[in-house]
Amino acid sequence: MKAFDYAAPASLPEAVGLLASQPSARLLAGGTDLLVQLRSGRKDADVVIDVKKIPELNETTFSPTDGLTIGAAVPCYRLTDDASIQSHYPALAEVASWIGGTQIQGRASLGGNLCNSAPSADSIPLLIALSASAVIAGPSGRRAVPVEEFCTAPGRNQLAPGELLVSIHIPAPAPFSGAAYLRFIPRNEMDIAVVGAGASVTLANGVISAARIALSSVAPTPLFVPAAGEALLNQMPTAAALEAAAKIAQEAASPISDMRGTAAYRRHLCAVMARRALELAVARAQEIK
Amino acid sequence: MSAKVQVQTTINNEPVQFLCEPRQSLLECLRDIVGLTGTKEGCGDGNCGSCTVKLGDRIVTSCLVLGVEAAGESITTVEGLAHGSTLHPLQKAFLDHAALQCGICTPGFLIAADALLQKHPHPTEEQTRFWLSNNLCRCTGYDKIIRAVQAAAIEINGAAQ
Repeated sequence: MKAFDYAAPASLPEAVGLLASQPSARLLAGGTDLLVQLRSGRKDADVVIDVKKIPELNETTFSPTDGLTIGAAVPCYRLTDDASIQSHYPALAEVASWIGGTQIQGRASLGGNLCNSAPSADSIPLLIALSASAVIAGPSGRRAVPVEEFCTAPGRNQLAPGELLVSIHIPAPAPFSGAAYLRFIPRNEMDIAVVGAGASVTLANGVISAARIALSSVAPTPLFVPAAGEALLNQMPTAAALEAAAKIAQEAASPISDMRGTAAYRRHLCAVMARRALELAVARAQEIK
Repeated sequence: MSAKVQVQTTINNEPVQFLCEPRQSLLECLRDIVGLTGTKEGCGDGNCGSCTVKLGDRIVTSCLVLGVEAAGESITTVEGLAHGSTLHPLQKAFLDHAALQCGICTPGFLIAADALLQKHPHPTEEQTRFWLSNNLCRCTGYDKIIRAVQAAAIEINGAAQ
């Protein structure tokens, strides 16, 4: 790895100031993407700014009214083990246990997964389904961006020079709601999704009152398909209704062929994975009394 | 080359201070500076798990940690498992079950398995395989490793209720 300096600011203003004064700085959270990219020469840095010492980036808070705020640098294993996440956002606890393996989860964060902005990022379809927003800080203050608008191209996102991701905010779960993320991979773990699907469903008297579906690995960015969720509004969660919504998600996908699968295979999987994610989200919504 | 940084840490319950460049991985620091060569380098990009160490309360691939990030942390490497000449029950189980051939992956498997048994005293086969999925072994075909870990679980924590 090429030489660089290391800084570990203890506050957000300090980090923002440092970032502004060092145009070639790179932000380090878990390092499971960054250090690989620096070592292979795919990215360069004169300074690596470790953001884990900034309290706001390294804490998770939940309240039944305000929802969940996940500091951008909180490693996955802390999310999997968090009792309030397990009970209020079980799909999120699951996805945090599926990114990489145990050792990767000891370091990798959802904030890093979001900022790496891979089309295949496991956590992003679920974050979109959960209506999450990305809280960003920069020289001109703070702003929040819906996660579905955060990624702009493979490896690219809305962060402007000098900005950094502070946290991910997820609204409190609605009564009778459920969510799920499922992915298709050739092995059972430690793999990159051929296709991933995130879904959330809210029921009112057994009828769907809200639904959101997003796919990964089938477009240049994680793909939110609003029409698929809207098609479910005021419907009973029947097999036919879920199948029809999954087909709408499938139609929005524009997969490519690569070493993980052909475009045609991915297109087929879109409908399968979206339907299964919806079925699981519905089952979870019905479980909640 | 950027200025070297003094890192104060605890390794295998001993205070250790080392001097490293910010670009050096914890793996390089452990092996080349501190002289603890039990931790092995395999892939160098976090896939194979042979460089696994315990860092604070979780396990990590030390190739994907900077040495400077270890400041103030507590680290356990494979050298910290045995008590003097008495092997850790996992080490003994690996020998008894022939859970290694070339041995390069073994330190990583031992550290990962130790963390597993601290979290799940009696892991199922599925839990064990899932937990150890970040550790690759090209010799054993894994079955012997799984059996060794399950035998060590009984040795350490008694039979499951």
